[in-house]
Amino acid sequence: MTSRDQRQQRLGSNRVAHVVLILGSLVMTFPFLWQLKMAFSSQAEIQSVPPDLFPSKLQWSNFSEVFQRLPFLDQFWVSVAVTAGRTIGQLVLCSMAGYAFARMSFRFKGLMLALILSILMVPSQVYLIPQYQIIQSLGWLDSIQGIIAPGIFSAFGTFLMMQFFRTIPAELEEAARLDGCNPWQTFWKVVLPVARPGLISLAIITVLASWADLLWPLVVTSSPENMPLSVGLATLSGYQGTISPGVLMAAALMAMAPVLILFVVLQRRVVEGIAFSGLK
Amino acid sequence: MKARRADGSWPWLFVLPTFLGVVVFYLWPLLKTLYDSFTETGPFGGSTWVGAENYSTLIADGEVYRAVVNTVVYTAIVLLGIPLAVLFASLLNRPGLRGAMIYRTLFFLPYVALPTAISLVWRIIYNGEYGVLNQALGVLGIDGPSWITEPWFALIAVALLGLWMSIGFNMIVLAAGLKGIPGELYEAASLDGASRVQQFRSITVPLLTPSIFFLSVVTTIAGFQLFDQLFALLGPTNPVMPKTQSLVFLFYDAAFVGNDRGYAAAVAVLILAVVGLLTLFQFRFQRRWVSYD
Repeated sequence: MTSRDQRQQRLGSNRVAHVVLILGSLVMTFPFLWQLKMAFSSQAEIQSVPPDLFPSKLQWSNFSEVFQRLPFLDQFWVSVAVTAGRTIGQLVLCSMAGYAFARMSFRFKGLMLALILSILMVPSQVYLIPQYQIIQSLGWLDSIQGIIAPGIFSAFGTFLMMQFFRTIPAELEEAARLDGCNPWQTFWKVVLPVARPGLISLAIITVLASWADLLWPLVVTSSPENMPLSVGLATLSGYQGTISPGVLMAAALMAMAPVLILFVVLQRRVVEGIAFSGLK
Repeated sequence: MKARRADGSWPWLFVLPTFLGVVVFYLWPLLKTLYDSFTETGPFGGSTWVGAENYSTLIADGEVYRAVVNTVVYTAIVLLGIPLAVLFASLLNRPGLRGAMIYRTLFFLPYVALPTAISLVWRIIYNGEYGVLNQALGVLGIDGPSWITEPWFALIAVALLGLWMSIGFNMIVLAAGLKGIPGELYEAASLDGASRVQQFRSITVPLLTPSIFFLSVVTTIAGFQLFDQLFALLGPTNPVMPKTQSLVFLFYDAAFVGNDRGYAAAVAVLILAVVGLLTLFQFRFQRRWVSYD
């Protein structure tokens, strides 16, 4: 076979690849496009048979109605606060613990690590009722700190950071120690800056998980203005008769926008982060 | 080792916040749930020891049986996302493929979309009267079912949503696996006259088995913890729920709607046992069909 034949064969079969991939991407993106279309449509247009491909007139009022008729803004800020609280908490606590397990020696180290890792595979439902009772006894039901509290401790995050610190050469810390840094200064000024890729992976996974988390915040919150968006949208079914589906679509669109934008901007990092954590 | 002398009590400062947090919010709750599963919650919140009664109720409960069947059906459908992702990921991995980055972004979008938000969109797409899915099926001459209100179709609708959301994640894991396959293998194979399809079957798939294995474990475990899509797509007050519910929904319903915490704890222990057994089984089974070389 000449190289020209080979090239033609490659081009030919890449055409097949493109056809398959385009069909696949259509299925993956259609719901988003349809959502966008519906967010700008009137109720009659959404419920018309056969469907209209484009709204006759852009219904911008769907978006303003989201703010008038749903506690969207309150819920948006709850989502932001919960996501920020959990992510910052995990970054600090998991990297500290992960660093100690990777680099320090102390009594009961093996036992403590084994106890922490023992919960890795345990489904979250197993903790849920006692966690609820703890939050209840602290008087934190229906509050942001109640949603955040259990989620700042993570066996997975500790494990991830421990694995990451093990890949960092020890010479840096040795040099810092000789310069008179105590372990905290070494960790804060020397180790953490080098650990940025690991921290970013953990941050991305935690942001995705906290923004989407449903069961826990559903259980600990009760008033709509204290719910994060994930819960707010999931418990809307009662409103269905009274709110136009176009308004719901506008709300759903705005609720997913922050994470989608974050993903598109940081795509390479997100993919690396998930692959890194997935393949531990 | 080098650090031993200088460490002193510093390690405790680093470890104790996480360790105490894990003990308080995870290890103690785990033990408490195990204990609670042998108790009955009274009407005023007190609890009494009832031995294995919750478990015998559980075994005899038709709802539990139905929830297990639902979960198995759901998981089986979502597992189909793995071969699909293998196909897409290996096509994307072709050298010199144009627009690979754009395809990657598009395939990944469902995974990063807020599940409860995108479920609302799918609820309208699935709508039996004006949903675009049934209208498209109508063009093909198929009279589509009422997806959200007929039990088996509702379950399939939830599973198709789960499948759609899983493909992007699967592709990321597989892409990392594909990166590890040396290009020389394909060159050698094409010099020997192996076709693309033959190369796919004799190089790509065998060398991807560790990734495929990992994905099937993760997908099965996630399948048995089905809750979010079910809750958000069908709605908790949907009349089909008793027939489409998952084990986790059953748990949620018993614990926080029915206030039957002892029974809910037993359901949670059942979920733990099923997930644990599955993980163990898959890890034992893996030796037979996973090649790590």
